[in-house]
Amino acid sequence: MQADPAGVLTGSHFLDGDHACCEGALAAGARFSSGYPITPSTEVVERFAARVPTVGGTFIQMEDELAASITLQGAVWGGAKAFTVTSGPGFSLMMEHLGYAVMTETPCVFVNVQRGGPSTGLPTLPAQGDMMQARWGSHGDYEIIALCPNSPQECFDLTIKAFNYAEKYRVPALVMLDEVVGHMTEKVVIPTADQIEVEPRHFTTKDPNNFHLYAPDENGAPEMAHLGQGYSVHVTGLTHDERGYPNMTPQTQDSLMKRLKNKILDHVDDIVLYEEQDVEGAEVVVVSYGITSRVAQRAIDMAKDRGLKVGKFRIITAWPFPEKQIREIASKVKGIVVPELNLGQMVREVERAANGQCRTKLVPHAGGTVHRPEDILNAIVEVLR
Amino acid sequence: MSTDLIHPGNPVEPFLRTDRMPHIWCPGCGIGTTVNCFSRALIESCMNVNDMAIVSGIGCTGRVAGYVNLDSFHTTHGRAIPFATGLKLANPKRQVVVYSGDGDLFAIGGNHLIHAARRNIDLKVICVNNLIYAMTGGQTGPATPGDVITSTAPYGTFDPAFNLPYLTEAAGAVYVARWTTFHVRQITKTMQEMFSKKGFCFLEIVSPCPTLYQRRNKMGDGLDTMKYYKAMSKVKHGANTKDVPLSRQGEIIVGKFVDIERPNYMELMRNKLHDSLGEQYVETDELTCEEATSCSDCS
Ligand SMILES: Cc1ncc(C[n+]2csc(CCOP(=O)(O)OP(=O)(O)O)c2C)c(N)n1
Ligand code: SF4
Repeated sequence: MQADPAGVLTGSHFLDGDHACCEGALAAGARFSSGYPITPSTEVVERFAARVPTVGGTFIQMEDELAASITLQGAVWGGAKAFTVTSGPGFSLMMEHLGYAVMTETPCVFVNVQRGGPSTGLPTLPAQGDMMQARWGSHGDYEIIALCPNSPQECFDLTIKAFNYAEKYRVPALVMLDEVVGHMTEKVVIPTADQIEVEPRHFTTKDPNNFHLYAPDENGAPEMAHLGQGYSVHVTGLTHDERGYPNMTPQTQDSLMKRLKNKILDHVDDIVLYEEQDVEGAEVVVVSYGITSRVAQRAIDMAKDRGLKVGKFRIITAWPFPEKQIREIASKVKGIVVPELNLGQMVREVERAANGQCRTKLVPHAGGTVHRPEDILNAIVEVLR
Repeated sequence: MSTDLIHPGNPVEPFLRTDRMPHIWCPGCGIGTTVNCFSRALIESCMNVNDMAIVSGIGCTGRVAGYVNLDSFHTTHGRAIPFATGLKLANPKRQVVVYSGDGDLFAIGGNHLIHAARRNIDLKVICVNNLIYAMTGGQTGPATPGDVITSTAPYGTFDPAFNLPYLTEAAGAVYVARWTTFHVRQITKTMQEMFSKKGFCFLEIVSPCPTLYQRRNKMGDGLDTMKYYKAMSKVKHGANTKDVPLSRQGEIIVGKFVDIERPNYMELMRNKLHDSLGEQYVETDELTCEEATSCSDCS
């Protein structure tokens, strides 16, 4: 389906990442957002609050993130496409409702503009410290989809992707910016509505009498039902059967948990996005994401100037992790260098995927600013030594 | 309630998910009584059940959403009100009822309750107050009166309890009432009245928990509670909510305390946006997104 032109601000704009993210949400069809202010994410909903009444929709500022992250789910069941936006401390508060969205298969988007932590940490300064929280922060076993833009343009593009994935797989999708990407201003090109592919909500056309709210279709994700049309849906965060009725048997838990995971894991090839450069023939590959990938580019260029054979792999989909791609790289290179604005999070996944086939070297940074390219360069040199 | 007790032709049967019976509530529990009143209120108000959605939090009362044959949402502990807020704003024509326990609505969910009342979101909040956290085993809750023995207050409670009508009125509710499960007809009538009233409406239903409250406090069984409710309830419509706190075995002031008019959130929003944006404001009745079936038409 193509985007509704009402929400698409076609043209070339000079936007920061937060504003571009808001435009992406509007283009994707989001007509509802509930938020609670937190730096450095608030600009997303500030723009939404200004724009959405002219498009036909609602923004509500809730009393806290616990509320924000469940209000949007009510709106989704009410029929809207909806998202919320936050940063570290707010993201921590949203974790129970990330789980609720997973369990109830509520298609929605959480945007997290990451800042330094733990706790209140560095309110106005960057980090990539929530990468593991995104994956493991809620309790129980689950899969979510998380995307990492590295430019305002990608904040626009990937926010649309996140909404599309959310609808397609009935899963909460996360857009993981960092403060620098959220606040950097660059050219953002917004195409015309007919050039923007939007995944519609998959509402059932079945008769209410033979419709089961949680019976998966061949893709693994069930269809949704319109409220008020006699489906009498029952939605619960408890372990449930296909009708949505609570059922506490280990068998139901087992099959539900596996289905919720597999509807994502069976489609990794559709979901995993990445960017590769000069990986073929490289002796070392730098694996990075978000703002760090742009600093890494500088280090890679410096290394190439010295005649080193360096490739670049940029993680765009962080979760599910591009495991296959990293394993393949690891089988061909001497080493992988992983700069991160944290003291080591995604590097664990890289190591797991590399499975000892090559050296992996973390270039940690506790956040507050970006890496010095020299530090990444030094790590490249060291791995080759 | 076991299946064979549901007679064919029982008028409330269409409102219940009879395929889920028997329910989990204990004998003598008041929650089932309130659900019966709720079903009767639906019948008597001639409401189309498709126009209603019900949202519960977590707890014994929180299970109500699972037994009524409506679009129903069993959400997270304390968050029924914000979930219902999203549902209502996306779908303003729908009647959205929040049905939950005193602990769920006033402890973990207290912040949401006061803010929804302040904004005057058009929600009908039904609180079954059994004076305790029941589902987790009878701990002290925000509505537990003084001198009550609970599993976390083995020597008796001493932290002051909320007076729920007073708090709700102060936060901005336009309609506040209280009954006990002895007052089944009044509960039904009050629910009907709430369905036709716009804005944040609150009904407290004082209800027995024989299993964890009465027994531990040597207050007898469900029948003894009914006798207590009958003897000690005083109907005082329009009573000052300040004067209606509950105590362990004292008087229970019941009735309709508040019934006022005040613009609700949706009206306030629409008026403001109309004033500020004029022609540019795109008003919506529903935010429903396009269906997948329209896919083939466009591509
Ligand atoms: C975040 C969270 N904290 C705690 C619990 C455990 N819990 C389940 S029900 C409940 C209390 C419910 O009490 P109330 O709302 O009074 O309902 P009742 O069971 O008495 O009807 C609690 C604390 C939970 N499910 N989630
Ligand atoms: S524990 Fe108390 S409130 Fe819960 S079902 Fe039993 S009697 Fe009712």
